[in-house]
Amino acid sequence: MARLTEENIRHSREIIGRYPKARSATIPLLHLAQEQDGYVTNEAMAHIAELVGASPAEVFGTASFYEMFKFEPIGKYLINICGTMSCALLGAEELMHHAEERLGIKMGSTTADGKFTLERVECQAACTEAPCLQVNYRYRYRVTPDHLDTLIADLSAETLVSEIPSHGIVASIRQHIPADRGVGAVAPELVTENPVWLDGKAAL
Amino acid sequence: MTTIDTTDTNDMPPQDPNAVSITINGRTVSARKGDFIIAAADSIDEYIPRFCYHPRMSSVGMCRQCMVEVEGPRGPMMVVSCMTPVADGQIVRTDTPQVKRAQEGMIELLLANHPLDCPVCDKGGECPLQDQAFSHGAGESRFVEEKRHFEKPIPISDLVFLDRERCILCDRCTRFADEVAGDPLISFTQRGNNTQVMTFPDEPFASYFSGNTVQICPVGALTASPYRFKARPWDLEQRESTCTTCSVGCRTVVQSSRDELLRYQGVDSDPVNWGWLCDKGRFNFQSTNSDDRLSTPQIKSGDSFVASSWSDALDSVARVIRHSREGSVAILGGARGTNEDAFMWGALADAAGITMRDANLDDGLPASIFSYPQATIDSACAGGTVILLAPDIKEELPVLYLRLRDAVQKKRIRLIEISSHETGLTKYAWKSIRAESGTAAAAVPGLLAQADVSAQLASGPVVVVTGRPNLAESASHTMDALSGVLAVAPSASVLPVLRRGNVRGALSLGLAPLNGNDAATILEASAKGDVDCLILLGADPLSDVADVDLARRGIAGAKFIVAIDTFLTDSASHADVVLPAAAYGEKDGTTMNLEGRVTSVVQKITPHGTSRADWMIAVELLTLLGHESNFTTLSDIQRAMSAAVPGFGSTTTAVAIKRDGVVVSVTQRSPESAATSVAPPRNSYEFRLDLSRKLFDRAIGTITSPSLANLAAEANIFIHPLDLDRVGAAEGTNVRVSNSHSSIVLPVRGSFSIPRGTAWVPFNQIGADVRELVRRNESIIDVRIESM
Repeated sequence: MARLTEENIRHSREIIGRYPKARSATIPLLHLAQEQDGYVTNEAMAHIAELVGASPAEVFGTASFYEMFKFEPIGKYLINICGTMSCALLGAEELMHHAEERLGIKMGSTTADGKFTLERVECQAACTEAPCLQVNYRYRYRVTPDHLDTLIADLSAETLVSEIPSHGIVASIRQHIPADRGVGAVAPELVTENPVWLDGKAAL
Repeated sequence: MTTIDTTDTNDMPPQDPNAVSITINGRTVSARKGDFIIAAADSIDEYIPRFCYHPRMSSVGMCRQCMVEVEGPRGPMMVVSCMTPVADGQIVRTDTPQVKRAQEGMIELLLANHPLDCPVCDKGGECPLQDQAFSHGAGESRFVEEKRHFEKPIPISDLVFLDRERCILCDRCTRFADEVAGDPLISFTQRGNNTQVMTFPDEPFASYFSGNTVQICPVGALTASPYRFKARPWDLEQRESTCTTCSVGCRTVVQSSRDELLRYQGVDSDPVNWGWLCDKGRFNFQSTNSDDRLSTPQIKSGDSFVASSWSDALDSVARVIRHSREGSVAILGGARGTNEDAFMWGALADAAGITMRDANLDDGLPASIFSYPQATIDSACAGGTVILLAPDIKEELPVLYLRLRDAVQKKRIRLIEISSHETGLTKYAWKSIRAESGTAAAAVPGLLAQADVSAQLASGPVVVVTGRPNLAESASHTMDALSGVLAVAPSASVLPVLRRGNVRGALSLGLAPLNGNDAATILEASAKGDVDCLILLGADPLSDVADVDLARRGIAGAKFIVAIDTFLTDSASHADVVLPAAAYGEKDGTTMNLEGRVTSVVQKITPHGTSRADWMIAVELLTLLGHESNFTTLSDIQRAMSAAVPGFGSTTTAVAIKRDGVVVSVTQRSPESAATSVAPPRNSYEFRLDLSRKLFDRAIGTITSPSLANLAAEANIFIHPLDLDRVGAAEGTNVRVSNSHSSIVLPVRGSFSIPRGTAWVPFNQIGADVRELVRRNESIIDVRIESM
């Protein structure tokens, strides 16, 4: 439950600087907030609103559009099991039942120790590798119930930390664009000339 | 005075380069480049069904109901008429089978999840969805599936309830909140089938303009608590009127049922309010219906009041006036009434030789403010530069704030603000400087001499919006600052922003101070025992005069007090005779807004109890005082007013039928050379007091409206957060605020809107009264703040 940390505020300012309009940085900042706390807190959304010059309601409106932003605490490992066509035909239901039994929770809920959250999701675009699942958006292909058991055991033992960081961390390498390397943020209203490919023709 | 351009945009001369001619259903329409097809169709009364389109907001094409057919290169094509601009030679059809099919399909889809609970819905009977489902729907649905369910209704603010099941996601309320009000506190949340309008968790839709979303909601999704389940639309009768809560003069309809006011709705008056109202103006009809209204005349007997007849009460008033010493009768107030009320009381005062009168309560500006070249709201918003030497417009004149904000957002004007703390318009200002109270005049020359400011001022017309920014600061500081602006921009015009409803009308029609005998002088005279009869014409000096000590002494010193009011206010309770006055909505007449625009106000319900319009009381007293009076009806007065007041002419009768009213120019005295006052430098241990109004305070019309009563805040003193450290007080703790006059205890709050060294206290809130520290003979007030 927190606003962004000092370090994240510094990073936010760098992210905001990449865009001609501050509020374009809303979604990257929401990812940052989710990385910080594992989910997007109300305090963080209010803080982001201050940083990008929007109202908290607008930030919440944007954030709530996306499934990947969570507004309540969820497990350290979010397991998304695909239930769409190819996976469904190749044992996704069985996999889900197995996961539910193995973790003792229903799809859509979190284990009491806060370690795992199960979700049934739509197609993850790995139909050739069905049935597939993602842990914190890292793929596992052609998953059998046995694989799942091993996976859960490994995750519990924290042996996969380098590959699968805790929920909210989208990339383990943080992007930094030095100011002199960026293309420079130009506000749309400052662009007065037509793009070259219009070749002198009217825009409309 | 600027004339109002009432030219219909559709009557453009043919050589206008922006004129476009299109054909709608075989009829030729001339429109302007950039207009949308739906607006062109509206101009010839070809109705295209719509939900999301609103002429005062940007088009979003959200509901897809306004599909029409446009002839294209490959034959007819369906377009959304609220998003498609007109083009020369365009051929539009709104009545083909294909259009009908599209419209029926949209209605069917919109109703797929709509609960159809019309019998228990407040909107039923005036609902665009209901009406258009009948006029443009297929009549039946193919959907048999279960509808979407939400908890209903949920409060999204103190005043507004949201029923998400009924919502059709037209984006009108959210667009209004963002584009028009500038308070984007509601937004679409979630996605797809779960999309819903919602506030941020635990942050209510506390906008001063929230009531407008209820009015423009095309379904029953948004309802306002004061009207919920009070009436059905077909039971309401309505008359068009003008809101007199503040001096903007928004056009409204007053709706009632069974002789009880039930609702005000905004009416689109192009030069004034564009259809919008603030919540205070929209919901304070409740005070008219209040049980606490005065219903009979009352005469003080000992310590209590005894109900009396009108004739006894008026007789005793007339007797006192007759026996008063020469020049010892005073009239305070009149800004609450109509022009006719003010004119009649002015006439009575003239006849009875009453020279002490003032419609302001030491909280306005000298009447000479009306003698400068006058601007209108339209001329201020049309282009150029607007200089604000004014209180927080958002708090005092909310709909003027909407107009100025709109003009800035559309890049028509640039705002230059000189204020002692940040205001609602600060973030829209091109330049905004903080000048401590008493120093605005000194700050003006430097600011206006800056190269970019001079260039801006030279680039177009300049309007100075001038009001009383701080009630603990002498008005002469503002007048000096205004003179300073006019010295640099001599062709600038002035938009005076005195707050009270009809204060300009009252000042123009006979209740302006004579020979400098303003409210403060009158109260001072009264304190000295020189006032034998003090008539409070809807005035409550004890609550409204910033120097409360002066008000107390004035009220105590008056030998006899007559209060003509709708409620037994603080001051009225000290009166010897109280006469119940008809309230807004209970009397016909005309009113004058801050521009000098005269519009009609109407009677919709019977006056409460035996209360009477102010002008009737004046007429009665005129007769009782032995003067010839030919006034029996309102039109008698209007005729006399037209004849007596230069500039008023025949406008009084014309306004009754004109929505936008007529701007008249009445007072044309030459500017007085006001005494300039120089603020003494502030002792660095002290804070300069800034006392100004918020929209909701303990004003009588607000506290007697149950839905608004709890919107007034607790009294706090606001200082800069660094000053909080300096004082050594924590946020929210009590501090002692004192000067040589008095000492009070208030909770202190830190706010970056307040510059260092300034202490801002909102006027007339619940709690300790900072007016104890104010003395009007000091042009600014400094206070000491100590932690306890």
